[in-house]
Amino acid sequence: MHGTRILDEADRLMTVCNSCRYCEGLCAVFPAMEMRRAFSDGDLNYLANLCHACGACYVDCQFSPPHEFNVNVPKTLAVARAESYAAYAWPRALSGVFARNGLVISVMAALSMAAFILGFAAAHERDVLFGVHTGPGAFYKLMPHNAMAALFGAAFLYAILALVMSVRTFWRDIGAPIGGRADGGSIFQAIRDAGELRYLHGGGVGCYNEDDRPTDRRKLYHHLTFYGFLLCFAATCVGTLYHYLLGREAPYPWWDLPVVLGTLGGIGLVVGPVGLFAAKMRRDSELLDEGRYGMDVGFIAMLCLTGITGLVLLALRETAAMGPLLALHLGAVFALFITMPYGKFVHGIYRFTALVRYAQERRQAG
Amino acid sequence: MSRKYDVLVIGGGNAALCAAIAARRGGASVVVLEGAPKFYRGGNTRHTRNMRCAHDAATEILTGPYTEEEFWKDLLLVTGGRTDEELARHMIRESKDILNWIVEQGVRWQPSLGGTLSLGRTNSFFLGGGRAMLNALYLTAEQLGVEIHYDAEVTDLVVEGGMFLAARLKRPIDGVNEIRATSLVAAAGGFEANIEWLKEYWGDAADNFLIRGTPYNRGSILKMLLAKGVQEIGDPTQCHAVAIDARAPKFDGGIITRHDSVVFGIVVNKHAERFYDEGEDIWPKRYAIWGRLVAAQPDQIAYIIFDTTVATSFMPTLFPPIAGATVAELAGKLELDPVALEKTVADFNAAVRPGTFDHTILDDCRTEGITPAKTHWARRIETPPYLAYPVRPGITFTYLGTRVNKEARMLMKGGRPSANMFAAGEIMAGNVLGKGYAAGIGMTIGSVFGRIAGREAAKHARN
Ligand SMILES: Cc1cc2nc3c(=O)[nH]c(=O)nc-3n(C[C@H](O)[C@H](O)[C@H](O)COP(=O)(O)OP(=O)(O)OC[C@H]3O[C@@H](n4cnc5c(N)ncnc54)[C@H](O)[C@@H]3O)c2cc1C
Ligand code: SF4
Ligand code: SF4
Repeated sequence: MHGTRILDEADRLMTVCNSCRYCEGLCAVFPAMEMRRAFSDGDLNYLANLCHACGACYVDCQFSPPHEFNVNVPKTLAVARAESYAAYAWPRALSGVFARNGLVISVMAALSMAAFILGFAAAHERDVLFGVHTGPGAFYKLMPHNAMAALFGAAFLYAILALVMSVRTFWRDIGAPIGGRADGGSIFQAIRDAGELRYLHGGGVGCYNEDDRPTDRRKLYHHLTFYGFLLCFAATCVGTLYHYLLGREAPYPWWDLPVVLGTLGGIGLVVGPVGLFAAKMRRDSELLDEGRYGMDVGFIAMLCLTGITGLVLLALRETAAMGPLLALHLGAVFALFITMPYGKFVHGIYRFTALVRYAQERRQAG
Repeated sequence: MSRKYDVLVIGGGNAALCAAIAARRGGASVVVLEGAPKFYRGGNTRHTRNMRCAHDAATEILTGPYTEEEFWKDLLLVTGGRTDEELARHMIRESKDILNWIVEQGVRWQPSLGGTLSLGRTNSFFLGGGRAMLNALYLTAEQLGVEIHYDAEVTDLVVEGGMFLAARLKRPIDGVNEIRATSLVAAAGGFEANIEWLKEYWGDAADNFLIRGTPYNRGSILKMLLAKGVQEIGDPTQCHAVAIDARAPKFDGGIITRHDSVVFGIVVNKHAERFYDEGEDIWPKRYAIWGRLVAAQPDQIAYIIFDTTVATSFMPTLFPPIAGATVAELAGKLELDPVALEKTVADFNAAVRPGTFDHTILDDCRTEGITPAKTHWARRIETPPYLAYPVRPGITFTYLGTRVNKEARMLMKGGRPSANMFAAGEIMAGNVLGKGYAAGIGMTIGSVFGRIAGREAAKHARN
């Protein structure tokens, strides 16, 4: 017996799969499973987070429903995965946020944006908020750079802290030796596997979506989202370096590195999430954890909102709309940061951690 | 209402799809009638994992070589010579090319992962298993323009003087209940799921058989063809049967109900008596004999008995072993006579001679002074908990079939080739397999003869 009903079901399935093993070439889940004969809660959470939800093992399984063995690995692992996020959340008191995630995210986003607008308005005259500001330092007429850096730095550090604490618990639970560290080689391997979404490919043909014709669509949109996010993050980092090292103040001209990175990233953050959302809507419901729609959609919406507000700000930054747009964009980013540890964002972190564990196990097995 | 095609394929498994694709590539209009609903399409092929093909050198997926001659010798060994040499050699020769042909149809092989079975040299494994393989074949067939219908059971064949004219459907498709075609490919499997038919040869024992694969292979097409004058081949009592968990479902339990623990313990019948040398030969060579052995025991039930020291020496099992702290307690749980089981285990233990255990070779751990002997891997069963799996005969597929020639063309009684009827797969497996079985050969028969049947059927239709 396990901690939850879904883990009981995951255990049943892994017992079936372990006596079958037909799927062992499809992804990392099955070889990892084969290294075990019995499954602890931690093992199951590990396997659940190794799964990339490509759907291949469902379409390829001779025992999937309506067969009486009722084997649906992608869906079961999706539910187990989502429950694992809550189980490892830090602080524990906030684990409930996952359950109401869609709502929490929208409320947080709305509140943060409203707070920025009101904050700008309260701190300035009307004509500052709606004024036309151009040239270096234009943004900081609305909010001093130091205030911005402090606010976002704090939100970001909190997110990092919460994520690190959660992952620590996860790492211990998935069978890593207590206090044991991930070695460099395994981390490097996991970076490569995650970076190319190695296991979102159904064993080579692509991912299963609305029917049994595999495509690479979800992989493409996922890449756009992920690398879009990284580009935006890089834009922020470069901007920060410009500010402190070179003393150059934003906004920068369109051809300058932070803007180019941010623009490309922003496009990724719009196209990617929209594509993922469309794919999700069309996907066979047998493959989805529909109970967690809110969480997935909330996260997709947040990324998209961040991208859109950023791009619109870029386009209209020399007009009177700049003030309100900046407030909206900063609000979106702020909400994204503080909800990060309690939403779909964590899937990447746990999956990466599971991949590190997998790489390590493979090395140990030789 | 009726409709006409160049080639009609009955069935929906590997043999049928290989035939349909080959016929379509040969320029024919092709319709496939699969009796099962879409999920169950592909009969027993859904449950397969690998295919045996000859090859002259190692490849990415196979260690090698596995020559034609060696394949032939393996076939000779398992069949005890009961095979049509000309046909079998032809199949083996063609199997070399099938390895690549099947990949061209979208099927993917799995790189050898170390694996659980020692078949890395002779057999190629489908990436994702048989259903993945089928999905690829169906996709290719659809893309080529093969028309496919599910829930399309054929209930009657119109054949005149060895010439196929039409097939009748149980349920009309788009108002059509009769399909005419210039050529027929019958690839509708064996009759293993037809317990009534099995009982004709096995008597009431067949009521206790479990059918490992599809419930849709009821042999109806085979029966019709034989009734229409097609020559029959093979012994109806010969089939591929293994011992599977007695707790498995009646049909379609697939691969996961098998047990490969026989060599690690002893096997007793319902009187708690041993009845065969459990250490005769290495898994998987001897895997296929236990179905028949159990079928010959009273009530068609047997129990694999072992102890905790070997509990993790074989593949994990779907159903957990039944456990007892003592042999008597275990007997109680199995509803066996405790005194009898204790005696059988004690006698066996006393007969075990010391040796060096190695389950990868025919080792020197054996018994002395009991019958039947256990000639290899004999070790005392003495470390509680004592464990057991109940097993029953699990029928994989039957060998009674239609006689064919090298063109996969059916032969009529008297030896005359049919004008336009071809057969592939299980339904004609008995031409090659008079008895016995070598892992992966079911897929070879289906792919090789399926491709030939499709090609020849298209050629006939276009002439
Ligand atoms: C558990 C299991 C594991 C196996 N593993 C392997 C393996 O690893 N390698 C290997 O080589 N072999 C394996 N075999 C054997 C293999 O499955 C068969 O040899 C092979 O599937 C035969 O292919 P086929 O196309 O002739 O028949 P099938 O795949 O059984 O297809 C027959 C089709 O005919 C249809 N049909 C039947 N009657 C009618 C009708 N009246 N009208 C219309 N359609 C009809 C059925 O629905 C079915 O789709 C295994 C079998 C089982 C049960
Ligand atoms: S998902 Fe199905 S086919 Fe794949 S390993 Fe599990 S039981 Fe076997
Ligand atoms: S859905 Fe894909 S990634 Fe997940 S277990 Fe199945 S094959 Fe592996």
